Amino acid sequence: MVKTFIGGIHPPYRKEGLSALPIERMPAPKVVAIPLRQHVGKACLPLVKVGERVLMGQKIGDVEANIAAPVHSSVSGTVLSIEPRPHANGKMVDSIVIENDFLDEWHPSALPKPQLDKLSPEEIVALIREMGIVGMGGGGFPTHAKLKPFPSPPIDTVLLNGAECEPYLTDDHRLMVEAPEKIIYGLRCLMKAAGAGKGHIGVEENKPDAVLALKRVAALYSDITITSVAVKYPQGAELQLIRACLGKEVPPGKLPPHIGVVVNNVHTAEAIAQAFATGMPSIERVITVAGGAVERPGNVLVRVGTTFAQVLEARGLKGEPYKLISGGPMMGMAMYTGEVAVCKCTSGILALTYEETGSREAGPCVRCAKCVDSCPMFLQPTTIAHYAMKGRVDDAEKIGALECRECGPCAYVCPAGIPLVQWIRLAKSDIYARQ
Amino acid sequence: MDIKKLTVSSSPHLHSGDTVRQAMLLVLLALAPAALFAVYHFGWYVLAILLTGTISAVLAETALLRFMKKPLTIVLDGSAALTGLLLALNVPAGAPLWMVAIGAFMAIIIGKHVFGGLGYNPFNPALVGRAILVSSWPAHMMAWVGPGLISSATPLAMQRAGEAVPPYLDLFFGLKAGSLGEVSVFLLLLGGIFLICKRVIDWKIPAAYLATVALMTWVLPARGQIGFFAGDPLMHVLSGGLVLGAFFMATDWVTSPVTKLGRVVMGLGAGIITAVIRLYGGLPEGVTFAILIMNGLTPLIDRYTMGRRFGVR
Repeated sequence: MVKTFIGGIHPPYRKEGLSALPIERMPAPKVVAIPLRQHVGKACLPLVKVGERVLMGQKIGDVEANIAAPVHSSVSGTVLSIEPRPHANGKMVDSIVIENDFLDEWHPSALPKPQLDKLSPEEIVALIREMGIVGMGGGGFPTHAKLKPFPSPPIDTVLLNGAECEPYLTDDHRLMVEAPEKIIYGLRCLMKAAGAGKGHIGVEENKPDAVLALKRVAALYSDITITSVAVKYPQGAELQLIRACLGKEVPPGKLPPHIGVVVNNVHTAEAIAQAFATGMPSIERVITVAGGAVERPGNVLVRVGTTFAQVLEARGLKGEPYKLISGGPMMGMAMYTGEVAVCKCTSGILALTYEETGSREAGPCVRCAKCVDSCPMFLQPTTIAHYAMKGRVDDAEKIGALECRECGPCAYVCPAGIPLVQWIRLAKSDIYARQ
Repeated sequence: MDIKKLTVSSSPHLHSGDTVRQAMLLVLLALAPAALFAVYHFGWYVLAILLTGTISAVLAETALLRFMKKPLTIVLDGSAALTGLLLALNVPAGAPLWMVAIGAFMAIIIGKHVFGGLGYNPFNPALVGRAILVSSWPAHMMAWVGPGLISSATPLAMQRAGEAVPPYLDLFFGLKAGSLGEVSVFLLLLGGIFLICKRVIDWKIPAAYLATVALMTWVLPARGQIGFFAGDPLMHVLSGGLVLGAFFMATDWVTSPVTKLGRVVMGLGAGIITAVIRLYGGLPEGVTFAILIMNGLTPLIDRYTMGRRFGVR
């Protein structure tokens, strides 16, 4: 029996061909716009001034807060301006605009770090913060803050998420195939930092080459396990991955550390390994560029601060995209402009055509209960949505609206085409507003 | 690069493509073999009944939509046609056409649109139509006929009267009297299993319903009889409207519970009521009222069968 969770859906994966395309490096653009907020938490303050020369890997923004991570320059060049720019979160975010001098001159601080056995857990956590590492699966939660959380029981397992259940996306897949050593090294850093005795990587079984590559490297370490999990969406959702790999459920309102688990994306682990080995902070990442409107889809290594439009120009567009998505199609955000910059947590850029989205008008709920059956959190999406429509905030909270992770199977299966996730988001924001 | 006119909306940005219309058409398709068998078994007049029921329901819905200034395209969702067909399948094969038409009108008007249309009706519209017909023209609704429209008692009535019931195989394949759509258990089962495979209906409702009726009619003595474990469960399952009701009416999306446990309760409750009516009630058959009563209890069932949420033990 393949390990998995209860509920979920089987959307079309649309990864055929994509997952076989090796990672290509995209040349840095002439100008980058680096958002001062690329993580969950407090936005950074600029550490440089307009007109100043900055070097590649130089810290250009930071803030005194635990739930925050510094940002670094992805090119060497001159600061043109510090101004609000469109951000993947839909808002305008202060960004440092740098003109690239194409010298790629490294900042002197970008030096290889000591070997893992020469570092204490505290030093590792501090380095992870200093290198600007955040959750690269899309969440953007500062990684160091996961390792030193609130009073919680000791962490026994670090679980890496290599499920990559979002359709289209193959960037994690390529990293697992091409850089398994880095991922395992990153995992060992995380295990040591968290004081965890066990490391675990969960990979959907449609990536046998990734499983094989990771297993080959992990064979050297008796405390690291690679688990194939079922191909089902949202297998890569944190709570569902824990359930599949470790057989445990995180209680409502609690975070994984509550049951002694820390979950990180494989891409995050790779970034940590890269930072420790070369001293390069989080200034570039692999993104999947795909969708029916993209001429040459692929897995592209992009400097942070490159705009979506620049990436799409490099890959070519065939026709006007109907939707431009940051991330995957199930949980990603629809962009209103191509001027949004790639940040550390951008896993994909999708230019989708109308046909592939399957968009349509909503009708009345016919109570078919498909949303109930598909919900991996065992909620009743249609009932929460109904309460949201009627403004019944208390009732929505009572039946667990806040436990919704907005993963989307409910809206995907709804034969009436009701935007259930949108309604549940409304319910959640109403509940938060009242608190 | 200039990207214009991007559409922005909440995630997810993919959809299964499933529609209500598609599901309704699948149910119509699943009913087709049993309906065609009725035409074969009872004669061409049955075709007139089926067409009258279906067309009347569609006409009634179209007229109402026009009256309420709603988009007429709603009628294309197929739900009205399905209601009309289900109603037609629930009358005796010799029913007068005018009565079938009135039943279909009532199903659409009283059963569905007074509550706000598809999705808002608490009771199964076809059964509301049938209940109205049973109480308005009981003589027509009890005028059971066999092939050639020659009057004949239903197996359940025969059993009550202490007469010999046709053999199980005849009951299974539909060589008996009864509502025109309920006779071929075999073809109804095929259609039901088709709908389960297509994930249109949940197997839990028919399974719980049939199992409950079988268990109760086996264990409990009918009125006037003594001794437990002496019933004839197979006869009960193969007779009357049970299979039609269990697969095609109790499973109606709108009027059955949305929770997983609730769907079991739906089947269980309908089974208990059906068995009690059949064993002790004044009528030989109880499927219509059993399902209607459970429809009425559905909001309550949903409320008390939410089940555990992820992470709660």
